[in-house]
Amino acid sequence: MRRLSYGQAISEATVQCMEADPNIFVTGIGVDDFKGIFGTTAEAFRRFGPARVFDIPNGENAMTGIAIGAAAAGKRPLVVHPRNDFMFLCMDQLFNLAAKWRYMFGNRGGVPVVFRGIVGRGWGQGATHSQSLQALFAHFPGLYVGLPASPADAKGLLVSALRGSGPVVLLENRALYELEGEVPETLEAIPFGKGRVVRPGTDVTIVGISLMAYEAARAAEILVDHNVSAEVIDLRSVRPLDDEIILRSLRKTGRLVVADTSWALCGVSAEVAAIAAEKGWHYLKAPVRRVTPPDCPAPVSKPLEDAFHPNPMTIAQACLDVLKAGAPLGTGVADVQASFAGPY
Amino acid sequence: MTIGTSEQLLRDMVRIRRIEETLADLYPSQEMRTPTHFSIGQEAVAVGVCSALRRTDAVYSGHRCHAHYLAKGGDLGGMVAELYGRETGCARGRGGSVHLNDPDAGVVASSAILGQTMAVAVGTALAFVMDGRDDVAVTFFGDGTVEEGIFHETLNFAVMRRAPVLFVCENNGFSTHTRLEVRQPASVPIHVRGGSYGMPSRLVDGNDVFAVQEAAREAVAHCRRGAGPFFLECTTYRWREHVGPLWDYDKGYRSKAEVDSWIARCPIRRAADRLATTPARLAALERECQLEVDAAVAAARTAPFPAVEDLTLGTY
Repeated sequence: MRRLSYGQAISEATVQCMEADPNIFVTGIGVDDFKGIFGTTAEAFRRFGPARVFDIPNGENAMTGIAIGAAAAGKRPLVVHPRNDFMFLCMDQLFNLAAKWRYMFGNRGGVPVVFRGIVGRGWGQGATHSQSLQALFAHFPGLYVGLPASPADAKGLLVSALRGSGPVVLLENRALYELEGEVPETLEAIPFGKGRVVRPGTDVTIVGISLMAYEAARAAEILVDHNVSAEVIDLRSVRPLDDEIILRSLRKTGRLVVADTSWALCGVSAEVAAIAAEKGWHYLKAPVRRVTPPDCPAPVSKPLEDAFHPNPMTIAQACLDVLKAGAPLGTGVADVQASFAGPY
Repeated sequence: MTIGTSEQLLRDMVRIRRIEETLADLYPSQEMRTPTHFSIGQEAVAVGVCSALRRTDAVYSGHRCHAHYLAKGGDLGGMVAELYGRETGCARGRGGSVHLNDPDAGVVASSAILGQTMAVAVGTALAFVMDGRDDVAVTFFGDGTVEEGIFHETLNFAVMRRAPVLFVCENNGFSTHTRLEVRQPASVPIHVRGGSYGMPSRLVDGNDVFAVQEAAREAVAHCRRGAGPFFLECTTYRWREHVGPLWDYDKGYRSKAEVDSWIARCPIRRAADRLATTPARLAALERECQLEVDAAVAAARTAPFPAVEDLTLGTY
């Protein structure tokens, strides 16, 4: 199968969906500029022009409401936020209206609005440009929340979103944009609420989302050298959340490590641990371990930043700890963005 | 203006008044259990504006949405059943008084969060343009919304995109119990602020239904011919308490004299005087409307509640 980068897969899904459905339009700050949101909207703008791909004034809350109102009149807006941190400014429209529309207005239909939010990582972006907001979005009934970790999923989840009937938030980690992988040339939807076994294993289950699914796979490689067989699960979406795939794996391994790009308290890692405790208690041979950023905002300085983000070594170490199998690993694996030279 | 269409405006206001006063009288019985913001005294804004609209135009409202919903043609039975929490309610008992909607009548949505539906109306207006329709979107909001960030974000966008949207500010002088003059600079009236974004803006006596209709016709024609958004500030006054069926002039934030001065400017009485409607004719209109609301209440009270098994239905 032909290979694309994660960013190219998003661009291709956008263009193909827009060809198939004339009601789709793309908006957001800078979607039509020379950078085209890291290249993901540039081809759509070239192909469909300013009638269907257009810039929008700042004002994220109004922007969200405008998308909802267009959707209520039959359109399918795709709104892009170059950093998901700005989506804090959309929360009223997103949570109080879009998520509740179908239920609160008598189940006559939802509003098919799709929001892409890009999560910054590394290179000193700091406290307000490198948060990953999945726990926040996941809390609200009525939303779909997806976090693709591979090029194929980046395309497939966006196809699902642009064909679906309800509001969707897709969070894309910037560190994944250059990642390449096989991507189907046709439009194949990947449903929300279905995880993916990235790599089968027997000793320990590592559940990851977004970039942490990728990092968990790298951790599993490290663990091979320690005679540990790790099964890596990529949740792909956190609302709905595929608890079956977690429980199936736990039944086999009896041990669970959860890796998340965001904080532990009330985070998605806590939710996964709760599923294990409520529904998988009898499978567990050891306490659940979570690997998350420490309980502080994202720093800027390089040594602090290196210590902030979970990485394959910290995930692998957690697995060895759970298995009570071996000495500390220390550091020694290349950062996922080691070759990145900025600027964003 | 013919007498026939003029009396229709009067009748529409009488109808809304009879409906709301009847519901207010029934509220203490605890059968309706949803916070309700009555529009009693403010009917002329809803009726005047909606008389300038056609069915396919879209209306959005806020928490005080009864009059807008009814004036645009929202189904009365659906509204009353919604207040009674029944499955036959316009939102199937899931929305309540502040989330009235009737898409068939062009009442797309109402919401209790200030300013929320201002932006949504602009999105609908944008969709109308994309589809080559000459329909107009209208958003009703109160003077309190002017203090919200989304007010400014929305006006800015609407002007930049020449969206066919009519902004109708119902200025009743209060945000809950707080007077306008301690919330906003008196030196810059609301219609001036609206106009400052670069759209035509008018101040209208919101208790004069004929003046509201005339202004709304000008505004809607402007929007329909693709000339962009229009802003109307309609001054009016809420008679009853902010939320609930009672009178509250004894609570200290306003005087009985003030309330009485506005009751003297009742939009229904003013329209009836202008049309030289006889007391007998007015009483006949009231009786007609009373029969309609009594039937709606009777239907709602005997309609089924939603099934508890359907509690989560409609979330997705």
